[in-house]
Amino acid sequence: MQVLKGVSFELGEGEVKVVFGPSGSGKSTLLRCINMLSPPDKGEVYLRGQNIKAPEVNINEMRARIGMVFQHFNLFAHLKAIDNVSIGLRRVKGFPKEEAREKALEVLDSVKMDEWADRYPAELSGGQQQRVGIARALAMDPDVILFDEPTSALDPELIGEVLQVMLDLAKSGTTMIVVTHEMGFAKAVASEMIFLGEGVIIERGTPEHFFISPKSERVQNFLQQLDVLYGSHEKLLK
Amino acid sequence: MSDTPTLSEIIFNIIGRGLYHTLLLTALGLLIGFILGISLALMRLYGAKELAWFSSGYEKLFRGIPLIVLIYVFAFGLPDILWYIDPLELRLGSVVLALSLRSAAYQSQIFRGAILSVNPGQMEAARALGMKGSQAVRHVVMPQALRLAVPSWSNEYSVVIKDSSFASAIGIIEMTQAAYFVSVNFRELWALTYLVLAVLYFLFTYPVTRIFGERQSKKLKKLGMGGG
Repeated sequence: MQVLKGVSFELGEGEVKVVFGPSGSGKSTLLRCINMLSPPDKGEVYLRGQNIKAPEVNINEMRARIGMVFQHFNLFAHLKAIDNVSIGLRRVKGFPKEEAREKALEVLDSVKMDEWADRYPAELSGGQQQRVGIARALAMDPDVILFDEPTSALDPELIGEVLQVMLDLAKSGTTMIVVTHEMGFAKAVASEMIFLGEGVIIERGTPEHFFISPKSERVQNFLQQLDVLYGSHEKLLK
Repeated sequence: MSDTPTLSEIIFNIIGRGLYHTLLLTALGLLIGFILGISLALMRLYGAKELAWFSSGYEKLFRGIPLIVLIYVFAFGLPDILWYIDPLELRLGSVVLALSLRSAAYQSQIFRGAILSVNPGQMEAARALGMKGSQAVRHVVMPQALRLAVPSWSNEYSVVIKDSSFASAIGIIEMTQAAYFVSVNFRELWALTYLVLAVLYFLFTYPVTRIFGERQSKKLKKLGMGGG
């Protein structure tokens, strides 16, 4: 089955790309193609000019440069928050134990989770778990971070804290591709938005374009639905 | 033993003469079964097709043979090949071999189930960080699978310690054989002797399955590991 057709875009340093669209439109698959969790049968992905599907490329090294934040967090259940963040540094980047720990604490601090460093994932709220998930990706100093619906598994009252962290990241120049229906977030920081439907790009443009004059009726209806279902959470974003 | 023994003498007789071999056979059977069982589980899940077939065939074979048959095969067969080894050691070795080869088949199933019940998202998150498949298995999947396996593994312990009693069939003096000697020497005490034996086995199994089975299950649930 072909999930994505002719989807092509470029992402510059420090840009935030927001991908949205109905479920089953291939948003998650798009992200999973980029870091090869689901390798595409056709098509190419370039990271800083390097084709990551090229045979001489070590995919693990590439993945270390592409962070990923999951909808269901996927924190390592047997590890404390701090070890979730430091394990990539230790096992992939070869940091010594102490250095990895120090760096992990710094990153946890940046998502305001340093106080929870010694808790296991199951002892944290969804919002806290997702902040650790973001810290785990951040710690690797990736070139780009992929966010796969990072707030859609969260209770409404926990969404704000995660969006705030993502907003701070975006503003500090982190390159991100975000699959989300949080239009407030998109409005605030997206450099471009892409509306996917049935695996093709239906419409793309700046937030202004989408929120003032979207071309297709489909996008208009979808945005209306989103507003009804989720609200825009603009008040959550300072 | 000429005077009729008291209850405590029966207990100490069974423990004193038999406990060492019961625990030795159990420990070796479980340990070797553990090493083989994990290897078989990894072969089945991550190995090449041929290794997976071997593992699957091994499980079917050793789950289909009664333990006592394995013990007889090794106890009667090994001396022909290893005639220069001390007969008692060879008999112990036969039981260890039988216990561990059979336990490996069951432990392989335990570990395979445990690995499969680790949430697939854990493997994905590890790969997304840039870990190699082997690193992800070693640092993320296995640590969780081993914890998830503890309840079933404690059950396997209780099976192996009880089945070490089959060693009595080839004359190894473990707890059951020690009790048998008491019961034939003092026929009027046979019921009491076997009651003592049964209680001893129970005391060696129940607390272990209780602590590592039920308590571990609760703890794992609290940590949110496994399917549910």
